[in-house]
Amino acid sequence: MQIRTTLTVLTAATALVLTGLCVGNNINMLPIDASSNAATYDSLFKVLFSIGTMLFVGIVILLVYSLFKFRRRSGDLSDGLAIEGNLPLEIVWTAIPAVVVLFVGIYSYDIYERMGGMVALNDHSAMDHAAMAQPAMQASTSSRVWGGIGAAGMDAPSMGKVLPVEVTAMQFAFIFHYPDANITSGELHVPAGQSVELHMEAKDVIHAFWVPQFRLKQDIIPGQPTVLSFTATRAGSYPIVCAELCGPYHGGMRSNVVVHEPEAYSAWLQQNSPISTTTT
Amino acid sequence: MTLANPSDFNGSLQPQGWLKYFSFSLDHKVIGLQYLVCGFIFYLIGGALAGVIRTELASPISDFVSRETYNEVLTLHGTVMIFLWIVPVVNGAFGNYLIPFYVGARDMAFPRLNAVAFWLIPPAGILLISSYFIAGAAAQSGWTAYPPLSLTTPAAGQVVWILSVLLLGGSSIFGGINFIATVLKLRRPGLKLMQLPMYCWAMLGTSILVVLSTPVLAGTLILLSFDIIAHTGFFNPALGGNVVVYQHLFWFYSHPAVYIMVLPAFGLVSEILPVHARKPLFGYTTMVYSIMAIVFLGLIVWAHHMFTSGTPPWMRLFFTIATSFIAVPTGIKFFNWLATLWGGKIALNSAMLFSCAFIVNFVFGGITGVALAQVPFDIHVHDTYFVVGHFHYIVYGGTVFVIFGSLYHWYPKFTGRMLNEDLGRLHFLLTFIGFNLCFAPQHWLGLNGMPRRVAEYDPAFTTLNQISSVGALLMAISTLPLLINVVLTAINGKVAGDNPWNALTPEWLTSSPPPVENWLGEAPLVTEPYGYGQKQEVTP
Ligand code: HEM
Ligand SMILES: [Cu+2]
Ligand SMILES: [Cu+2]
Repeated sequence: MQIRTTLTVLTAATALVLTGLCVGNNINMLPIDASSNAATYDSLFKVLFSIGTMLFVGIVILLVYSLFKFRRRSGDLSDGLAIEGNLPLEIVWTAIPAVVVLFVGIYSYDIYERMGGMVALNDHSAMDHAAMAQPAMQASTSSRVWGGIGAAGMDAPSMGKVLPVEVTAMQFAFIFHYPDANITSGELHVPAGQSVELHMEAKDVIHAFWVPQFRLKQDIIPGQPTVLSFTATRAGSYPIVCAELCGPYHGGMRSNVVVHEPEAYSAWLQQNSPISTTTT
Repeated sequence: MTLANPSDFNGSLQPQGWLKYFSFSLDHKVIGLQYLVCGFIFYLIGGALAGVIRTELASPISDFVSRETYNEVLTLHGTVMIFLWIVPVVNGAFGNYLIPFYVGARDMAFPRLNAVAFWLIPPAGILLISSYFIAGAAAQSGWTAYPPLSLTTPAAGQVVWILSVLLLGGSSIFGGINFIATVLKLRRPGLKLMQLPMYCWAMLGTSILVVLSTPVLAGTLILLSFDIIAHTGFFNPALGGNVVVYQHLFWFYSHPAVYIMVLPAFGLVSEILPVHARKPLFGYTTMVYSIMAIVFLGLIVWAHHMFTSGTPPWMRLFFTIATSFIAVPTGIKFFNWLATLWGGKIALNSAMLFSCAFIVNFVFGGITGVALAQVPFDIHVHDTYFVVGHFHYIVYGGTVFVIFGSLYHWYPKFTGRMLNEDLGRLHFLLTFIGFNLCFAPQHWLGLNGMPRRVAEYDPAFTTLNQISSVGALLMAISTLPLLINVVLTAINGKVAGDNPWNALTPEWLTSSPPPVENWLGEAPLVTEPYGYGQKQEVTP
């Protein structure tokens, strides 16, 4: 009897784990990934989705099973078993969520670090990690830089030079300025494979810069410049969405980020640069 | 402690019959039902506003209402649902009705304060909604009222919004003080804390949260109103103010607010399950400790709403870990409920159906919640429809389902009549299907790139939004069987008797509906509120 129960529990648990893994790895609910950050994010998503499925399916099956198995037959007015507690059992089910949560926490810390989240933003030596040779940058001029995701992840296939772009958000548009090339644009153009660093400022209210395909979002906060780094990996055009309620046209505050192959990006730079800088 | 004597006010001088529900009564049962009915009216209003939102979102362009109106409707919907429906009902209505019974008292500790707490609500609610007509514009900056947006939208509506939320916050603090005093001080002699029904513990925990965090909200909103009216610069960056500080202060209240809605729901479910499963509540002691753990953790996790607000890395990590750990005490409660059902004699009536659906919905919302607690995960989905889906699974799938379940469970006590079970099951079915249809697709929308609080969206998201809107329509329809049920049974429902469920908690040991001071004689001493299956000589 004892052995049979153990076996049933083991089989059920295995089936549950397999179902969770299968669902988590095969159902993709995210848009395509277009930044070095996105692939890292997606691996976290898979893990969370798998664990979530296991827990959810497990609990629902347990519940539905109890409802059928223990339903009251009509005419039966007796009570159920008077079990009020069971210490070992309660220790087990305190331990299970604790372990799961710990695992998830440590894993997502790892992911966060790989995304560059732990790099202190006003620490310049760290910020230039991906671009050793790069001297002082825009950010150092503003007294205080707030959060965001730090310098591009360690594994970013950077071309060695960080491309700085200044982003201004206002009701209801994003404006991008390229300090090196002196270009101002309503769309963001970046080369694939190069680390880009956005220096963001808001003119009026809080906005948020979000590119779903990059899995990156950062509020743009008036009075507090923020930095956001990413490396785009896939050529194409992706939406930039404002994710913070900023007024009546909030829903219309959208733009695009166009990721070019490096040559195409140079061409875009050439075409759009003011004459003074292109003529030699 | 000097107590007002309820019979002073509820005696011959007071209107009798149904008229007493429209007057300043001091009877906790009358006040409880006043909260319930008032809350339900606001639920219908908030629901109508949700209808406007979902109609607008049935198509990708902004065509049903103007963009300004959309933001007003969104703001009112959120505010009404939280401050005028869920919080007053799970705390005020059921707390007032049940807590004095559970501690063996004849009324709440401060009956006059109690009545004042209730009577703040209708004017505050009317004020809030009328701002749309009086001031020419209602608040437009969402129920979070983040500055600087709340400083730049039409001032009159925003100020009225602040005033109304302050009144509601005051009401909630009065209620909280009253519950703490009642549970700790009015217990019948001989009744120990660890013998109280679980809902008392839940209300004790909730009230601690209310008393600690609501004043912070009040202070914050007062500062915000100074910024609007007197052009001070607390939160105005143009004057050197800091907008992130507002967010910290706001969420210091508003995250615990989730538990202010959900802990009482946990308590109510803990009362319903044992009765209809005919089993003792499993693991009483751990249930109590996990409530207190949730209270403590609930107070230190607010910044998980601010992962994209430019918070430093250490803060993001701290709040990730603290938030994730709430899953542990919450998980314990869920396993305990499942164990309560295990081996029972379960009656699958409407009260039980809603309670079990609560378990399913809340587990789902809890799992997406733990995911949201992970900074890297949250950065992508923050402020998107994923979050909207998540919190509706918590607030609607969690608390509103429990409110309905509780209604079926305690209606016989309130009125002396049973609700109709067939209509109840229909109500359940429509609500359950509508709810999942409405809110499940929103997770997918968020993951794919639809931000929240928008009146217009990328046409690629149309289909999922339409499914969601159909779900909303079903939910609207689902209120009909409930309304019909309540009206019909109030007139000629089956007479319930004092204790139709054969339950052991004290409110069932008096007549239905109960007399003015709860018991005609001494209050009974109930030390085993969940003693099912132990002594079979339950009152015939
Ligand atoms: C009864 C419990 C409910 C509560 C407590 C509740 C609460 C809220 C809150 C707090 C918001 C956020 C408002 C904001 O972002 O400022 C919201 C938004 C929303 N709610 Fe509800 N709601 C409830 C029911 C419903 C129902 C029944 C529906 C659908 C029929 C619904 C649909 C929506 C939609 C579509 C939004 C807009 C989300 C956005 O654009 O950000 N809600 N609700
Ligand atoms: Cu914006
Ligand atoms: Cu916006």
